[in-house]
Amino acid sequence: MGFTIPGTFGFELWQARYSLLRGISTTLFASGLTIVLATLLGILVGTVLAYGWWPLRLLARAYVDILRGIPVLVLILFTYYGLALFGINVPAFWAGVIALSAFATAHVAENLRGAVQSVPTGQMEAAKAIGLRFPQRLRYVILPQAIRRMLPPWVNTGLEVVKGTTLLSVIGVVELLLSTQQIVARNYMIIDFYLVAGLLYLIINFSIAQLGAALERRFSYLRY
Amino acid sequence: MIDYHFDWTVITRNADKFVAALGLGLGLALVSLAIGCVIGLAAAYARVSGRKWLSAPVWAYVEVIRCTPLLLLIFFVYFGLPEFGIYFLDKTQSLILTLSLYAGAYMSEVFRAGLASIPKQYIEAAKAIGMRPWQRQRWVVLPVMFRITLPSVGNNLISLFKDTSLAAAIAIPELTFTARQINANTFRVMEVWLAASAMYLATAYLMAMGLRLLERRYASIR
Repeated sequence: MGFTIPGTFGFELWQARYSLLRGISTTLFASGLTIVLATLLGILVGTVLAYGWWPLRLLARAYVDILRGIPVLVLILFTYYGLALFGINVPAFWAGVIALSAFATAHVAENLRGAVQSVPTGQMEAAKAIGLRFPQRLRYVILPQAIRRMLPPWVNTGLEVVKGTTLLSVIGVVELLLSTQQIVARNYMIIDFYLVAGLLYLIINFSIAQLGAALERRFSYLRY
Repeated sequence: MIDYHFDWTVITRNADKFVAALGLGLGLALVSLAIGCVIGLAAAYARVSGRKWLSAPVWAYVEVIRCTPLLLLIFFVYFGLPEFGIYFLDKTQSLILTLSLYAGAYMSEVFRAGLASIPKQYIEAAKAIGMRPWQRQRWVVLPVMFRITLPSVGNNLISLFKDTSLAAAIAIPELTFTARQINANTFRVMEVWLAASAMYLATAYLMAMGLRLLERRYASIR
């Protein structure tokens, strides 16, 4: 492979191993953090969207619709430049994670609302009839069914988040794409290293998609 | 924030730039969607053709595009194609190429689902009245499929419009790039980004409303 000859692909890849590894770990860390945050917040906002007191519901609706109507890149840039005005001096990485989470929260919330409303009303009525309180109805009856239905779009949102982390490169977070660009700027092997990055993204996303499919198979025993 | 004073003249002074940028973004989205629809239709037919040598490469194309970040694709096409000796694309053309390929992958899935949802009886009926295979596609399958897929095509147009914001990364002066530039020049952070967000939001909403009208007019099969 010629790991000792500068200018060959093998050598340059070996030289770039730490940059690439750092890039991947930043990408994975940002994605993981965003997915966890967005799932938790999204379930909260989605529940408000489905059952909330109407002023709250209106607020949640406005939040979801606004965030779904603005490109993620604009959200990221807005967060990055805007937070500083509020005296919140966050590093680029956190500004990016906040923006991505806000965006993904809106998507998860909307998915959850759809899933919750697709649970037959009889389920809610039956839960009421056996005397469960609202949090219990949610916890034991509605959410277990809704979350199963939410699984496919949730996995898609996860993929969107991983792909969305590339946008953090625009505000200077050295994730996989920016570290690839730095490597390319050093050795000018454009095709090779963009292909490497593409392959890495493909591996990450393909595994998430497969994991999602496995989860779906695992939880799809419930049918109506 | 306490001592931030809004100065909206920065928006009114640059209104022409903002409007031109928005128009450019819309144009990019529409052109890419049009090319993407053609690619997607061809790809969808290849997928359902039942021939492995046709459907396997198309499957790979769709999966690769759907699992790769758009920004990476934009950079790959913009910086990578010259390595293959393709120098004649300027940045706008290279972006349109990328967005079209990107949209094509998504549209192919939409059209594939559309083709699969055509009732068998339609095709049998078309056969029964003696239509040739291409006539069946032209007069029976395609019109029905376009009506079925219209909502998804519309959603794709809106998300494609939002994706044109990534053109900022290769310095195409669409809305995000313009906003960023004006922000850098004037440092009116809130005004600039609020205006850009509002413009994206308003455009996306108008598009959604227009598409809903279009759907009411065409999407139902009577």
